[in-house]
Amino acid sequence: MWKEIWSFLKFEFKSELRGKNTLYGILLYLISSVYVSYLAFMKLENDTWAALFWIVLMFGATNAVSKSFIHNTSGKLLYTASLISPQALILAKIIYNSLLLSVLSIISVTFFGLLLGLPIQNIALFLIALILGCIGIAGSLTMTSAISFRATNQIALMAVLSFPLLLPILSMELKITKLCIDGIVGTLVTKNILTICSIDAIMMALAYLLFPYLWRE
Amino acid sequence: MKDNAYKFIAVVSLVYTVWAGFMSDVPHLPVLNETIRNLYFHVPMWFGMIILLFVSMWHSIKYLATSNTYHDIRAEMFARTGIVYGILGLLTGMVWAKFTWGEWWSNDPKQNASAIGLLLYFAYLILRNSFNEFSQKARISSVYNILAFMALIPLLFILPRLVDSLHPGNGGNPGFGNYDLDGRMRVVFYPAILGWTLLGVWITSLKVKFKIVEENLAEKQMIG
Repeated sequence: MWKEIWSFLKFEFKSELRGKNTLYGILLYLISSVYVSYLAFMKLENDTWAALFWIVLMFGATNAVSKSFIHNTSGKLLYTASLISPQALILAKIIYNSLLLSVLSIISVTFFGLLLGLPIQNIALFLIALILGCIGIAGSLTMTSAISFRATNQIALMAVLSFPLLLPILSMELKITKLCIDGIVGTLVTKNILTICSIDAIMMALAYLLFPYLWRE
Repeated sequence: MKDNAYKFIAVVSLVYTVWAGFMSDVPHLPVLNETIRNLYFHVPMWFGMIILLFVSMWHSIKYLATSNTYHDIRAEMFARTGIVYGILGLLTGMVWAKFTWGEWWSNDPKQNASAIGLLLYFAYLILRNSFNEFSQKARISSVYNILAFMALIPLLFILPRLVDSLHPGNGGNPGFGNYDLDGRMRVVFYPAILGWTLLGVWITSLKVKFKIVEENLAEKQMIG
């Protein structure tokens, strides 16, 4: 099982680095949207900073992760997927997407910091919450991508399904971001972070249990 | 006769709920005043919705286990009735909010969460319409239905408790059960929950029968 996941992850990274289109496309999207907001706002209020950051990241994440099943017109995915068990496939996809989103989110924090300023006082706690949020967002987006994979109107369905599923995580993340901007530490933040952890765990367990039914022809 | 017993219980308890809900004596509390009677109509909608959506999810699990079409039809119809209950719960809640909190929409976490919960289930209905093949539609929307219910539970019961809410029982507000839900109200409140839920089950069973007849007719037309 772990060996399967590991070899599939290596394969995914190789094809990502060889193709380059996805990664550069998303990076260009992130940088240009940050730059447009810089030109439009110049200076941001703290609450607006948090809202803008998560909106930009959410759309970037939707673009990046939706590719994991839909848009996959070549038979490469179907062929490699036939070699490993569906449980290994979904776990590998979620791990890969979590890593991808974590990298993208750290890059977007850097660009936000460069152009729009970084009002966050508690950087370490913010980054922990950010990575945990990326795991949950990757999990739910990978599942919605798999759900809309066989439907007729893939792209519209991806947006319709993912938006309400992402909202709980996003609202928690927004709350944590605002707390980190105010420099608050203690039970108020850890309570929210623990809730995100449990949402992540539920998402992983559901993906592991339900994905085989989605994948069956 | 035995199968129809629940329908009699539904009718009797609903007639009693409507009569006693408007006529019986209620505690006179500041701010709430007579709007406290909405407890018999607003709260049972949410109880009914959760129960109906749970049954819908249960049938989705059964469908994945057995691949029996009957379970898929039941899952869809229970979800549809649950959505109607959710919309009614939102509307009765908005009327209540206007008269007690002052606004139709007060940005209350539970109001927001239930609106998102309804979006989850609207997406379920849209998902059901985007497949060409029947078994694929049934299987994939069953998976989504389970996912949606699992997302609904933290949305309605965990997240609103982490922040201040205007609802009773949240953010330092005393719960209804503590002292104002006295004996006079309990004798109406519990039958109201029972009656509204059973009414939902009744509506769903009619819709399931109708759907099965429709499918059979379509099948006959295809053959004939």
